[in-house]
Amino acid sequence: MSEVSRRRPLVLVSSVSSDSHTWNLVFLQLLLEETGHEVVNLGACVPDELLVSECAAHRPDAVVISTVNGHGHVDGQRLIDRVRADERLSDLPVVIGGKLGVGDEDDTALAAGLVQRGFNAVFADNADPASFVRYLESVAPPRLVRDAG
Amino acid sequence: MSRDPAPVQCRDTAPVPEPNGSFAAVVRDAADTGELVVQPRMGFSAPERMRAGLSATRDADAATVGTITLDSYTRVGDFAALRRADADGTDLNGYPLVTADKTVTTTMLDDVRTARFPVQVRHGSARPGPIVDTLIELGIDATEGGPVSYCLPYGRVPLRESVGAWASATARFATVGPRAHVETFGGCMLGQLCPPALLIAVSVLEGMFFAQHGIRSVSLSLTQQTSMHQDLEALHALRAIADRHLTGLDRHIVVYAYMGVYPRSASGAVTLLTDSARLAVLGGAERLIVKTAAEAFRIPTIEENVIALEQAAATARHDVPDGEAVPDTGIRADADTLIEAVLALDDDIGAALVKAFELGLLDVPYCLHTDNAGRTRSYVDESGRVCWSDVGSLPVRPGADLRPRHVGSAELLGALNHVRHRYDAAEPEETYDLPAGTAAPRSRPA
Repeated sequence: MSEVSRRRPLVLVSSVSSDSHTWNLVFLQLLLEETGHEVVNLGACVPDELLVSECAAHRPDAVVISTVNGHGHVDGQRLIDRVRADERLSDLPVVIGGKLGVGDEDDTALAAGLVQRGFNAVFADNADPASFVRYLESVAPPRLVRDAG
Repeated sequence: MSRDPAPVQCRDTAPVPEPNGSFAAVVRDAADTGELVVQPRMGFSAPERMRAGLSATRDADAATVGTITLDSYTRVGDFAALRRADADGTDLNGYPLVTADKTVTTTMLDDVRTARFPVQVRHGSARPGPIVDTLIELGIDATEGGPVSYCLPYGRVPLRESVGAWASATARFATVGPRAHVETFGGCMLGQLCPPALLIAVSVLEGMFFAQHGIRSVSLSLTQQTSMHQDLEALHALRAIADRHLTGLDRHIVVYAYMGVYPRSASGAVTLLTDSARLAVLGGAERLIVKTAAEAFRIPTIEENVIALEQAAATARHDVPDGEAVPDTGIRADADTLIEAVLALDDDIGAALVKAFELGLLDVPYCLHTDNAGRTRSYVDESGRVCWSDVGSLPVRPGADLRPRHVGSAELLGALNHVRHRYDAAEPEETYDLPAGTAAPRSRPA
């Protein structure tokens, strides 16, 4: 006999290598857990290679990069190149959000550049958490799994 | 780590008189004349801009000390990136003290430093060795940080490694003599939402760590949080506990203006800074690290820093209400309990700190570092006080401050924005006619 159940999607939350801020990551973890996700939170100052190895180890359903120190558009481009270069991660949904520039840049252009480089979506600093959650649910829905029982 | 710790408590010795012109002496002299020392956070990569910032700080209408904040590549020890940035002419977010030309830095310092205007170097590094060696070479006698406070909140360096690096760097800095001054950042862990008993414990324990490695002059930090009443009680508790555990050292207390999400409105930002200056004076602190009205939007300019320094100083001089009293809600008792629990673990305070975090006897709420147990949680209650919602394994009393509850994302966001919302809404701050209790000192103890 077997049982069909819904497995909660696993989301990996991380900052970029130069960003030491963590309150944004703590908030996202709570928000994602409340909306039915499992979360692995890698914390602050995550080197690119650590993010890639953690993705390969955990095989998350989606990755959420959050950064607020203004280097996000630079660090994010380098990071997504590393992720997409790994063939195991080429189709993995990866989104980025936060304060991506230091303030003088054209945010639309920054976002377009990040999507072109390989992010699935970019969320501005003032994005509505509900729209972010809806997006994640669309790319990483709960899966039906058959448990042997 | 040293297994041969020097004694920390020297109950029978008088405080070491620090040499004239030292950072600590300038703060002490100002305190003796009833002046609150105010200090910016300021760091620029270009030496001429750094010099301009220091000169403007020195010449402000306030009792000031200077700050050189280092850039984040220096903080993480990425000296290759610094050389690339130098070659490319990339602007850094602070002064690259370690890799900058020593002649250039010395000339800059000679231009701005006087017997009444010392400079402190602020950095945020869990591996401070190269920075401290540069301070010694340049004759800079004051810095800040700590093995816990510059490790857990900011990165991925293991706590044990940070403790070892801070122990050896501190011991080298101590060879400068009694003027070598280290400020603990322990009273500012994560900047917000940390119940003050834990901040006091880390602040005092880091001060004791510095003393154990030979430093004779320390300052103990505490950040302004969400409640004037709670912050005042915390400052009095910090002073009383420091009096007990750091006897025989030159020391003072430094308050940090609110470090979390800042008000957007100019009036809200100014009122918040005014309250931080009042808190510093009423709490008997000798020094205040200011924030500016630009804080919510960007890195402040030199001019904005000067305005903030002068506003804070004017408040401290002319606009502090009288007749305060601070009720005891148990912050001091909890801080005492935490400190005693850590000191019982090992005679070597660095080793004790590592064990304490392993055991969860110290555990910073919402801190994601892998050496932090992560079992504690906190929230802001309806009166604005930071309270425990889960004490994890902390040996604090399960008393009035503990209200078990689940803090969700919406409540966390509200807590993080509590101060911004309150000051932007121009709600009147809590009144100062507090219930009867311990009398607050009106003049700073010598």
